[in-house]
Amino acid sequence: MIELTNIRKVFNMGRPNEFTAISGINLRIDTNRMTVFRGPSGSGKTTLLSLIGCMARPTSGRIYLMEKEITSLPERFLTEIRRRTFGFIFQQFNLIKGITVLENVMLPAYPTGERYSSLKKRAMNLLDIFDISKKARDRVEWLSGGEAQRVTIARALVNNPSVVIADEPTSHLDTKLSRELMGMMRRLKEDSRTVLIASHDPVVYESDAVDRVIRIADGKIEEHG
Amino acid sequence: MKTSTERQKNIIDFALSSLLRRKGKNAGLLFIYTLIVFALASVVFFTHAIKEEASIILKGAPEMTVQKTVAGRHDLIPINYIDRIQKIRGVISVKGRLWGYYYDPIVGANYTLVVPETPDPGIGNIIIGEGISRTRLAFEGDSIEFRTYDGKIIDLKIKKILSPESEIISSDLLMISEADFRRLFGTRENYAVDLTLKVRNPRELSTIARKISEILPDTRVILRDEILRTYDSVFNWRGGILIIILAGALLSFVIFAWDKASGPSLDERREIGILKAIGWETSDIILMKFWEGMAISLTSFCSGIIFAYIHIFFTDAFLFEPVLKGWSVLYPHFKLVPFMDASQISTLFFLSVVPYTVATIIPSWRAATVDPDSVMR
Repeated sequence: MIELTNIRKVFNMGRPNEFTAISGINLRIDTNRMTVFRGPSGSGKTTLLSLIGCMARPTSGRIYLMEKEITSLPERFLTEIRRRTFGFIFQQFNLIKGITVLENVMLPAYPTGERYSSLKKRAMNLLDIFDISKKARDRVEWLSGGEAQRVTIARALVNNPSVVIADEPTSHLDTKLSRELMGMMRRLKEDSRTVLIASHDPVVYESDAVDRVIRIADGKIEEHG
Repeated sequence: MKTSTERQKNIIDFALSSLLRRKGKNAGLLFIYTLIVFALASVVFFTHAIKEEASIILKGAPEMTVQKTVAGRHDLIPINYIDRIQKIRGVISVKGRLWGYYYDPIVGANYTLVVPETPDPGIGNIIIGEGISRTRLAFEGDSIEFRTYDGKIIDLKIKKILSPESEIISSDLLMISEADFRRLFGTRENYAVDLTLKVRNPRELSTIARKISEILPDTRVILRDEILRTYDSVFNWRGGILIIILAGALLSFVIFAWDKASGPSLDERREIGILKAIGWETSDIILMKFWEGMAISLTSFCSGIIFAYIHIFFTDAFLFEPVLKGWSVLYPHFKLVPFMDASQISTLFFLSVVPYTVATIIPSWRAATVDPDSVMR
């Protein structure tokens, strides 16, 4: 379970361009559910996912993960939590160019010190699951949008995270591929993972795989689904 | 332990693939870096080898030499000075030496002529250094013409050619019998060019030198250590000049390295952001950057040293020859005997790898502190 209490996030604090992205959010997210944060661009969805995924610290408020307060943990521990608990699927795919699909999938696990051969086996298995193992030796810049998205999902799962965070995962996909992606998200949920998605795409928030839709506007929760 | 090793291996693997992805930029850096190490190593190897060579040869030289001076100029020394010096307590032996320079107009070079105690070439014969043989195209059994002090021509037959080892001194050397020497230069029987001494206790050298100056005020005493110091300072000076010139290049390189490391491109920053977002720690990124730097610096260091070794010891330092050799005494091309020690390697390491590492470590750390959420925005 993830719990946020009175979370605020202010960028450029004390400067003329100070901007409040999240203002006073209280939220509980249950495990093994698919939750979608819905809202227009600039509403604070991505910032909220960054805070939950330990990529950024809130300006004030507390975040609890499995009832443990994580907001005040040092950077090292936050990174460890991020690596072990969360898998990220980014809007821009964020694959590293110039290396192969397989290497991209293995990358998050390199610092864990796992043996290369067992890591490779696990990464190949994930590529198999997402039906892209044939492209394992290809460089990522040769992939289509749909293929690249499947690689980012495989990469997100390589450390076997319990929470998968996806930021606008369908923004570069057509409707057919977006539906396919939601099918994959459903499989992740069925695999006992918590799935958090930020999206303003109806294909996502209207999908029957989604358990809860939270509407966000101007850094505040407007409506709990 | 095993986990830590695997982590290192994985990160090294990725660091190397990162270098390969930016082939052009890194190949340029590698080239410049190797060139600088090569230049520095060439200077260090050359000056060390030449000094080492000189000191090995001078080990066999007399501890003390006495020369007569007339109005400050070197003049022939009477043989009867030997008896007066021999009376000084602590002197084991005193011997007269015959040596001089002969200008050969055919090749436009000066030869150093000596009358050796052993081996005696015999009247009418000479033993020559390889440099003379090479320039005169004269070999064993051939004769070389010499013009004596009074204009007469004498033919001396080559009995032997000296081995190329230690050619630094023997290259222009010509060994001649005492009779032929006196005939060539017109040196009278009771005179020598200088006197050489052996002493019982080397710590008494300066005392004996002082006593000689008192007994024979028209002489000057030269100690072997002074000659060695002259060699050292001459080659240190030459090496120093080149090091100063190269320091400029080294400084430019450090600025280049700093610039490379402090200003990671947009792509590199993005990549670091991705790595941090997917679970890499700041220390993992610094480690990766460290291995990238080590791969570049060690590759350049090793290649620079190998190329310099080949340049100095196998191609006669053809690039630096005019600056470093210089002297006419050493004039013909000679091969240095390969010589390298740990102090040279560590000097080069501190002159090249350390400045690069220092120049890149802080910028690498700065690059590694990119916020992980930068890739989300």
